[in-house]
Amino acid sequence: MPTEPDADLVLTLRVNGDRKRLLIPANRTLLNLLRQDLGLTGSKHGCDVGDCGACTVLMNGAPRLSCVTLAADAEGAELLTVEGVSVGGALHPLQAAFHEQVAAQCGYCTPGFIMALKALFDERPDPSDEELNEVLGANICRCTGYTKILAAARQARERMNGRSA
Amino acid sequence: MSEHEKPSGEPVPVGRRGGKIDGLPKITGAARFTDDLTLPGMLHGAFLRSPHAHARILSIDVSAAAALPGVYAVLTGADLPTPYGVIPVAQDEHALAVGKVLFIGDEVAAVAAVDQETARRAAALIRVEYEPLEGVFTIEDALNPDKPLLHDERRRKGDTNVLRRVFQKYGDPEAGFAEADVILESSYDYPGSTHVPLETQVALAQPHPDGKLTLWSSTQIPHYLHRIVAKVLGMREQDVRVIKPDVGAGYGGKSDPFANELCAAALARKTGRPVKFILDREEVFYAHRGRHPTRMTLKMGVTKDGRITAADFKAWAAGGAYASYGVVTAYYFGVFLPLPYKLDHWQFESHRCYTNHPPCGPKRGHGAIQPRFALELHLDKLAHAIGMSPEALRLKNTVEPDTETSNGLRITSVALKECVDKVVAASGYLEKRGKLGPNRGIGLATSAYMCGALHPIVQSEMPQSAVQICADRSGRVSILSGTADIGQGSNHMLAAIVAGRLGIPETDCVVLESDTGLTPVDLGSYSSRVTFFAGNAAKMAAEQLYAVIRAAAAEKLGGDDVVMAGGKVFRASAPEKALEFADAVQLAEERHGTLGFVGHYKPPKIGSRFRRQSVGPSPAYSFTAQVAEVVVDPETGFVTVERIWAAHDCGKALNPTIVEGQIEGCVYMGVGEALGEEQSYTKTGLHRAPSILEYKIPTVFETPEITTIIVESNDKEGPYGAKEAGEGPQLSTVPAIANAIFDACGVWMNEAPFTPDRVLKAIERRDREARRAAAEEGA
Ligand code: FES
Ligand code: FES
Repeated sequence: MPTEPDADLVLTLRVNGDRKRLLIPANRTLLNLLRQDLGLTGSKHGCDVGDCGACTVLMNGAPRLSCVTLAADAEGAELLTVEGVSVGGALHPLQAAFHEQVAAQCGYCTPGFIMALKALFDERPDPSDEELNEVLGANICRCTGYTKILAAARQARERMNGRSA
Repeated sequence: MSEHEKPSGEPVPVGRRGGKIDGLPKITGAARFTDDLTLPGMLHGAFLRSPHAHARILSIDVSAAAALPGVYAVLTGADLPTPYGVIPVAQDEHALAVGKVLFIGDEVAAVAAVDQETARRAAALIRVEYEPLEGVFTIEDALNPDKPLLHDERRRKGDTNVLRRVFQKYGDPEAGFAEADVILESSYDYPGSTHVPLETQVALAQPHPDGKLTLWSSTQIPHYLHRIVAKVLGMREQDVRVIKPDVGAGYGGKSDPFANELCAAALARKTGRPVKFILDREEVFYAHRGRHPTRMTLKMGVTKDGRITAADFKAWAAGGAYASYGVVTAYYFGVFLPLPYKLDHWQFESHRCYTNHPPCGPKRGHGAIQPRFALELHLDKLAHAIGMSPEALRLKNTVEPDTETSNGLRITSVALKECVDKVVAASGYLEKRGKLGPNRGIGLATSAYMCGALHPIVQSEMPQSAVQICADRSGRVSILSGTADIGQGSNHMLAAIVAGRLGIPETDCVVLESDTGLTPVDLGSYSSRVTFFAGNAAKMAAEQLYAVIRAAAAEKLGGDDVVMAGGKVFRASAPEKALEFADAVQLAEERHGTLGFVGHYKPPKIGSRFRRQSVGPSPAYSFTAQVAEVVVDPETGFVTVERIWAAHDCGKALNPTIVEGQIEGCVYMGVGEALGEEQSYTKTGLHRAPSILEYKIPTVFETPEITTIIVESNDKEGPYGAKEAGEGPQLSTVPAIANAIFDACGVWMNEAPFTPDRVLKAIERRDREARRAAAEEGA
C-alpha cells in the first residue's frame, strides 16, 4: 500500500449498496472520502480526532470513526452511512423514534448516534438499557443531555420487538 | 384594518407534542450545514495564529506563503483595518491583528489556497517578528494601573484594563442590614467555560460579478454579522447577503462575528472565487466567547423569620482580550439579583476586565449564571443559619405576579411557587433533606431569566422581530423570518403559532429563515428572545390572515360563528358544512387579493423609575426550580449527580417535547459546569484543555436522569402565553448540586466546578474544623 501522502491510489468499495471506484490521495480519511469525493455529507466533522462520534459509519457492519480511519482501509469494504439507513424512502424505526422524540435538536450529532445504535440493533435486536447506554457513551451530544436520545433508542427497541412504546 | 384585529375569542390550539416540522432532514443525513455546501472553484482558508499572549507585531513577511503553489491570496491586519464589535460602545476587534496580538491564538494572517492542507502549510510559512509584552492574566493584573493596557495607550494615570465597571444601588442597604437578624458574607468563584457546539464555526463566501457577496455561515445572529461584514469590508449592506444554513448549535458561542467569517468574505472578494473557512476543533476553544470566570462576594441579611432585608454583591470577571458582549455582562451580573426574590435594599458593583486570554462572551444564561450560583448557595446558608427549610425561605421571598422589582423590572406572569411545589413533591425533597444518610444529599435552587431584551443593542425604534406569511392557493402557508434556528426549534415554534391560529397541520407550513437577502429582520438567537419576540410577530401576521380567511368563509357559509380547525373552516353551529382550508384560502384571495401579511414585535414601552436601567429589562421573565440528588465519595471527592428534577415556567409550551428538550439541555450543560468543565489557562495564557476529550464534556455516563416538569403561567403578552425555555433552566442546576453536596457531607462548595480535589479539600477542612471545635470543647 502506498504510504507517501501525495501518492494516489485506486479504491474500490461499496457505499450504501452502490459500488464505487475512485482515485484518491493515499492520506485521504474515510470521512473526507465520503463527504468530499462522494458528496455524502451526512457524516460530520465534530473533532477529527476520534473524540466525539459524529463521524460514525458502519464498515462491514461494525461502527467506525471515519475521521480517524484511512479511506485506504476501506478497500473492498461494505460501508453504510446515515444516508443509507432509510431504505426505499421508509424511515428506519430508529429514525422514526428520533423524530418523534425530538432527539435531534441541532442534529449535528444525530447521524453518529443513529449509526452507532443501528450497529447495536443489527447485532442485538433487543438490547438492555445498559447496552444502549454503553453505545451512547461513545458519542457526544451537546444539546439534548442524551435524555431524548435514550428515549428514542428505547422507543425504537420496543417497536422493533413488537412491544408497544 | 379593524376587521384584521377583531379578536375571535376562539382558543388557539397550540401545544402538540412530537416531531419538528423540519426534523426529518437531520435524521436522514439530508440536512445541510455550512460545511456541507460546496461551490465550484471553491478555495479554503487557514489562519496563522499568535504564539504570544501579548506582543507587538514588528513585521510580517508573507512572501514565502504567497509563493507557495496553490495559494491564491494572503491577508494581514493591514488589509482589514476597520475595528468592529457587536456592542456599539466597544469596537475593539479586528478581523486580523492590527499592531498587537492579545492572546495565544489571536488571528494574525489568513490564507486562501486550493485546499485546506495547502492553506495551512502556507500559513506556517508566514514570518512574523514579535516584541513580547508583559501579559495581563489575572483580575489583580487587570486592576493594576502599572500593568500594560491591552487596548489603547494609557490616557490617564491610573487607567486599568477594566472594560466596564457598573455600580447600582437601590433602597437603603445600610438600613436593610440593620434590620437583619443574621448577616452572612462569603466569597464565591465561578469558572470560565466554553460552549463546544459540535459543529465548529464554518463560513463560505461567494463573490458575485456585480460586486455583491453572499456569505453562508454557522452564525446564530445573521443580522449583526450582516452589518459587521458590510462595515469591515467597506460594502453597502444591500450588497451583502448572509444566509444561515442548518447550524450545529451555538449556546451563545456563535453570537459574535468571527474572523473566519470576515476573512472568508475578504478572501473571496480578493480572489474572485468562493472561499470556505472552517475552524478546527482546537481553534474553537480559542475563538471561545464563553462564560466569564468570575470572582464574587455576597453579603446578605435576613430576619429570623426569613425575610431577606439587604444584599451587597460584587463581581470581578476576567473577560479575555476583547469586549464581545462584556459590557452587557457587567450589567447582567447585577440587574437580575432582585429576581426571583423580593429585594428592596441592595447594591452591586461589577467589573468586566480585559485579560490576555481568548475572549469571553455570552454563554447560555449569560451573566446570570455566576451571581445565581452565589445567591442560591447563600440562601441555603442563611436558611441553615436561621433554622428554616431552604424551600420555605425561598417561597417566603418570591416575587409576586404583576409587580415591579426595586430596580424597576416589570414582572408579569410568575409561577415560581408552583415550580417549587412541583419539584419538591416530585423529588421528595422535604422527606429526603438531611435524611439520605452520609454522603448522599439533596439540594434545591430556583432562578429567573429574561425573555429577550427590552432595549436592542443598537438603539432603534424599529421592531426587533418581523415575520411575513403568505397563504398559497394549495393551502400551504409560507413563513419568512430572520430568526436563526440553531437547533432550539424556533422554526417549529413559528409554524406552531401560525398553524395553531389557522387550524391547519404544522406540516402545512414552510419556514424560510435566516437569509438577510429574503427574510425580514430579526435580531437573532440570543438573550432567549426568539419565542417571545418572533413568536409575537408570527402571531400578529397569522391573526391578520386568519381574519381575512374567516371573513370570506363567513360570507360563503352565511354566519359569523366561523371556526378554523383540523384543516377545515366551518360554522360552529354547522360543522357538517365545512370548507377545506385551501378552498377558504381561495375564497379569501378572491375577495382580498393576494394573501400576504407581515407581523412584527416591538416590546412595550415600560416606563422605569430608573433611567440608567437600559440593560436587563425584558417584557417577561421565566422561572425555574430544580432539585438535585448527589452522592459524594468521601475517599476520592468524586461527586455523582444521580438525578435532577427541573420545573420550568415557560408560560405556555408551544411544543412540550421541544420545551422538555431545552430544559434537559440546560440541565446537562449545568451538570458539565458543576462537575468539571473549565476553560482554564497556564500562567502564560495557554489553553489547558483545547479538545473535547481534555475539556471533559459529560457523556451519557456523567449525565443524571432528568425529570422535567413544565409549568404554564400563560403570560398575557407572550405569544399564546409562551415565554422562554432555552436558557433559564440552566441557572438553577449548579447551585442545586452545590446545595446537595452540602446536604450530603456538610461542606459548602463556594468554588465551582466541584472537582474531586476541591471536594476533598473541603471535606478535609470540615474535618479539621470539627476536630478543632471538639478540642476547644474538651478544653
Ligand atoms: S469527528 Fe470523528 S470522532 Fe469526532
Ligand atoms: S443535537 Fe445538537 S449536538 Fe446533539
